[in-house]
Amino acid sequence: MSNLLPLTLKVNGEEKTFLASPHASLLRVLRDNYYWDVKCGCEEGDCGTCTVLLDGKAVKSCITLAHNCAGHEVWTDKGLGYNDEITRMIQDAFVECGSIQCGFCTPGMIVAAKHYIDHGGIADRKEIRKAISGNLCRCTGYNKIVDAIYKVAVELGREVR
Amino acid sequence: MTTRILATEFDYLKPATLEEALKILAEKENVRILAGGTDVIVKMKVAGMTCDYLMDIKGIDALDYAKLDDKGVFHIGALAKLSHLEKDPVIAERYPALKEAFHLMASISVRNMATMAGNFCNASPVADSVVPSICYNAVLTLASVRGERTVPVEKFFLAPGVTVMEKDEMLVDIALPQPEANSGDAFIKKTRVRPDIAKISVGARVIRDGEKACFCRIAMGAIAATPAYLEETSALFVGKKVTPELIAEVAAHASASIRPIDDNRTTAEYRVAIAEVLTKDALTEAWRNAGGEL
Ligand SMILES: Cc1cc2nc3c(=O)[nH]c(=O)nc-3n(C[C@H](O)[C@H](O)[C@H](O)COP(=O)(O)OP(=O)(O)OC[C@H]3O[C@@H](n4cnc5c(N)ncnc54)[C@H](O)[C@@H]3O)c2cc1C
Ligand code: FES
Ligand code: FES
Repeated sequence: MSNLLPLTLKVNGEEKTFLASPHASLLRVLRDNYYWDVKCGCEEGDCGTCTVLLDGKAVKSCITLAHNCAGHEVWTDKGLGYNDEITRMIQDAFVECGSIQCGFCTPGMIVAAKHYIDHGGIADRKEIRKAISGNLCRCTGYNKIVDAIYKVAVELGREVR
Repeated sequence: MTTRILATEFDYLKPATLEEALKILAEKENVRILAGGTDVIVKMKVAGMTCDYLMDIKGIDALDYAKLDDKGVFHIGALAKLSHLEKDPVIAERYPALKEAFHLMASISVRNMATMAGNFCNASPVADSVVPSICYNAVLTLASVRGERTVPVEKFFLAPGVTVMEKDEMLVDIALPQPEANSGDAFIKKTRVRPDIAKISVGARVIRDGEKACFCRIAMGAIAATPAYLEETSALFVGKKVTPELIAEVAAHASASIRPIDDNRTTAEYRVAIAEVLTKDALTEAWRNAGGEL
């Protein structure tokens, strides 16, 4: 029953075919195939380190079955950074604002931030906190992460007046 | 590799139509339905949930809807995602307590996958979308190869993880009746941090007839083995002039009638104490939302 089945996904803009068991989570398939920017924290849907975009929406890849995504489009932080201007801005802001300490939560945080900005997110610290509420950070105390996302929202002219 | 594998092995089935799905449920043993997977996958990883067949229903496009019918009833299909429903204009206008429950549930990356039907079928005593649905008199449609039947939401749950659904049945539709004029509602949830499972949640809906309520439904999460409709307590609110004293009396009754347990989120003692406060707040808010004065 645990045979490997071919699975075609579009990852970071490239069409890829993997061999994956029906039991494999999207997180496992991604990490097994060297997408190591997708981090594995809790494995139970709590910590958000494994967050990726699935068809443009942030999801936790550890509680998403890989075969569930067949034919769909997945973007990780790294792929987005090379291809997407908004993500680039978020990544730069994380560096400039000192939002990275150990860095383990960072890829997931950036994908969560990307979802927020893509869906009309504004420069409002409370809304930003809500948007990253599915992502845990054990180092920064969150303030500098909120600063970075706030900065990007301001750069995009999304101030609240 | 650091990632944990699912401890169970199963065949993965992906029917494209409801008929196909119901046939699988009728013919095969030990089938587990997969909707958003935000409960199923976690339970398989950490709670030893097993199955022989995992049936992914996300291919059944016909169940992905949220719409009004010509009688004014709002229907939510089994595959409607929470992140979609939380933005639905009809829900915002007619069922604000439900909208509030969606906003207080999990994080966006969970709500992008999770369905309302999955929240019901997982049958947790804390299920957030269930509590307001009890207040709104939601009706569930269960389908099988034998046909369809409807169940009022408060009759759906039997025990944690257990519902009245037979093994060949599936929840296909959640129907919310049109709210009456002069009705008002509220949903309050107590948690440790923002996106968290409730220590306790309270929903209330009233219909106002002048200075009295002619209808009241109070529901609570995390105070019993299933989400609960406080029928006796609700009846006390009906037919009397609504005053702060009446609200206090009903709230005290709510608190006295529940028998919660201690668990890792909080104690029974706290739940009993806070139930009174939250019932008071929820009734006050619902009454004001119905245009009532105090
Ligand atoms: C980090 C995290 C935070 C969470 N926070 C909350 C919270 O604050 N409040 C809350 O209430 N829940 C919370 N949950 C639980 C979960 O997200 C919800 O219960 C969700 O609505 C489940 O929907 P799903 O589509 O993912 O269900 P699934 O996991 O796909 O299914 C849940 C159960 O229902 C069955 N099922 C699904 N659809 C049907 C159907 N149509 N017919 C019959 N059976 C069906 C499945 O077999 C399974 O037993 C959280 C989960 C996570 C991982
Ligand atoms: S590893 Fe996916 S949420 Fe923690
Ligand atoms: S920087 Fe270390 S967990 Fe966030």
